[in-house]
Amino acid sequence: MNKSDLAGRKVLCHDMCLRDGMHAKREQISTEQMASFAAAMEKANVPMIQVSHGAGLGGNSLQHGFAPHANEEYWDAVAPVLDKTIMSVLLIPGLGTMNELRSAHAHGVRSVHVATHSTEADTSPQHIACGRELGMDTSGFLMMAHLNTPQGLAAEAKKMESYGAQTVYVTDSAGYMLPEDVTEYVTVLRDTLEDDTEIGFHGHNNLGMGIANSIAAVRAGASRIDCSVAGLGAGAGNTPLEAFVAVCDRMGIETGCDMFGLMDMAEELVFPMMDHIVRIDRSSLTLGYAGVYSTFLLHANRLGAKYGIEPRDILLELGRKKMIGGQEDMIEDTALTMLKERESQSAA
Amino acid sequence: MNKIKCALIGSGNIGTDLMYKLKRSPVLEPVWMVGIDPESEGLSRARDMGLKTTADGVDGVLPHLAADGVQIAFDATSAYVHKENSDKMNAHGVFMVDLTPAAIGPLCVPPVNLDELAETMNVNMISCAGQATIPIVYGVSRVQSVDYAEIIASLASKSIGPGTRANLDEFTYTTSSAVCEVGGARRGKALCIINPAEPPMIMRNTIYCMTDDEPDQKRITESLMEMIGKVQQYVPGYKLVNGPVFEGNKVGVFMEVAGLGDYLPTYAGNLDIMTAAACRTAEMYAEKILSGELKLLAEAV
Repeated sequence: MNKSDLAGRKVLCHDMCLRDGMHAKREQISTEQMASFAAAMEKANVPMIQVSHGAGLGGNSLQHGFAPHANEEYWDAVAPVLDKTIMSVLLIPGLGTMNELRSAHAHGVRSVHVATHSTEADTSPQHIACGRELGMDTSGFLMMAHLNTPQGLAAEAKKMESYGAQTVYVTDSAGYMLPEDVTEYVTVLRDTLEDDTEIGFHGHNNLGMGIANSIAAVRAGASRIDCSVAGLGAGAGNTPLEAFVAVCDRMGIETGCDMFGLMDMAEELVFPMMDHIVRIDRSSLTLGYAGVYSTFLLHANRLGAKYGIEPRDILLELGRKKMIGGQEDMIEDTALTMLKERESQSAA
Repeated sequence: MNKIKCALIGSGNIGTDLMYKLKRSPVLEPVWMVGIDPESEGLSRARDMGLKTTADGVDGVLPHLAADGVQIAFDATSAYVHKENSDKMNAHGVFMVDLTPAAIGPLCVPPVNLDELAETMNVNMISCAGQATIPIVYGVSRVQSVDYAEIIASLASKSIGPGTRANLDEFTYTTSSAVCEVGGARRGKALCIINPAEPPMIMRNTIYCMTDDEPDQKRITESLMEMIGKVQQYVPGYKLVNGPVFEGNKVGVFMEVAGLGDYLPTYAGNLDIMTAAACRTAEMYAEKILSGELKLLAEAV
C-alpha cells in the first residue's frame, strides 16, 4: 500500500445518497428503499447519513418536486434500522423552518446541515441556534462556494461559527472547483476559524474532480467529507463514497467504513435503481464547466425537451444570469424567454 | 386638504423607502421616524426631509404622539417586536399598519381585499412576496377553485436588510397562510431565495396554481391581466414576463417587479410593492378618519 503524508488522518464520511440522491431520482425513492440503503450503510460503518427530500426540510413543492412520502415517514422508516449510524437532514432557511427541524429531531434526526448561499450566512443564525438547542450536531453549509472569494467565504463561515455551527462546509454545489481551488478555500477557512470548529467539503463530480477535490480538502484541514454511495446525487453525482473510501485506504486516511460492503451496496442496491446513469454527460459537464447549480440538471433536460431547446444552452444562460440554488422556477422562465427571442429572430 | 400625520417605526430599507412614498401622498404626512441606531442612514435621511427622529425606539416617540397629532403608524421593524410596538401605539389611539410578518391583525392585499377590511386598529401587509403574488393567486381562484398555490420569490441580496433576514420562518408562515386566506387557495406554500448577483437582479416572483378542474385558459388569462393592471396602478413596475403557462391543471405565471428607485435602486421592487401597498392601505384609513367615519380612541394613558 502507498501510504501518504495524510496517513493516520481521520475523516468522517457523511453519505448523501438518501438526500442529494433524491434529486437524481426526481424525488422518487420509496421508504423500503430508504430502509434497505440505510441498513446497508449501518452495516458498512458509515457514521452519518442524510435522509430527506432532495431539497431538505420543506422541500415537497412544485418547485422541487413532490416525494411520495413526507420526510417524517422517511425518518420513521430509517431510524429503526440504525444503531451507531447517525441520521442527518438539510435545512435551507427560506424553504425549511425551525418547526420542521424540531419535528426532525422528534423523529430521530441528530445532525443538521443548515444551508445558505455562499454570501448569505446571516439568514441562518436562528436555525443554527435551534439545531444546537436541540442538541444536534450542527453544520453550516455554504452552497455555491465558488461564487464567493476564499476570504469572503471565510467571513461567512466565521459568522456561522459565531451562531454556533460546530462544522462549516465548503459546498461545491456546481461541481465547478478544481483541487487547487479547494485547497485555497479550505486553507483560508482553517486559518480563520477556531481550532475546534471542523471544516467539511461537499463536492459534485461534474468535472470528474469529486475525489481529487475531497482529498485536497482533507489535506488542507477538512475533517468531514460528504459522499454518496455510487455517487447518487444531483448533476454528475456526489463524490462516490466507495471510491473515496478506497482512495483514503490507499493513502492511510482512516474512514472506518467497510469498502467492500459499500462496493457491494453500490452494485447491488444503488445502480439497479437509477433512472438514468448518474455520470458526466454533456448537460452535467456543462454544470461544472459553467458553475451552475447541480440540481438544475434534470429540470433543464425536461424543459429543453418540452420547448425544443438544447438543455446545455439553457444551463449556460442560467449560469450567465447567475441563478442560484432554489431558483428552479427560473429554468422554465429562461427557456420561455429564449424561445421568444429565437422566434423573434427567425421572424426578422 | 388636511393630511393625517404618521410615524414610521424602523429606519431600515423598508421604513426609508416608505418615507418617500408617504411624502407624495395627498392624505398622509410623515412627521416622525423611529430608529434604534442614532447613526442609521434612514434616520439621517428622515432629518434631511424634515421629520422628527428618535433613536430610542418606540418609547422615544410615545410622549410626542398627542402633541404632534400622530394618528397612523407604520411598523417596519421585526415580527419579534411588532406586538409590543403595536400595543403601545394603539394605547395612544394610533392606528397601526404592520409591515413585518407578525400578522396579528387582518391581512391586506389592496387590490384583493382593501374594501372589505374590518374595523381594526392593526392591519398587516403580509410580506413583499405576498403583495407581489397574492393578486395572481386570487386572479386564478376567482375564476375557478384552486387546490394548491405555491409562490417563489427571488430577491436581490442588497435589498434584504437584517430584519427580513431574521424573519425568514415568519415570512414563510405568514405568506403561506395569506396565499390561502387572501389568495383563495385551499393550501399554500411560500419559498424565498436571496440572490447576491451583481448587478443586482430585479425582484422575480413565480406563482403556480393547481386548479381542481381543467383550467379555463381564456377566462384565467383575462382575469390575470385585469389583476396585473390593478397592481400597476400603484406599482408601475409590476410586469408579466412569461406565462400564463398551462400544463395539466397547473397554471404558471412568471412576474417581475421593478421599483421606482426611491431609496434603493429599481431592482428592489420588493421594497416598492410592500411600501406602496402599505401607503395605499393607510390612505384608505386616512380618508375614513378625515370623513369622520373612523374614530381612533386613545385608552386613558
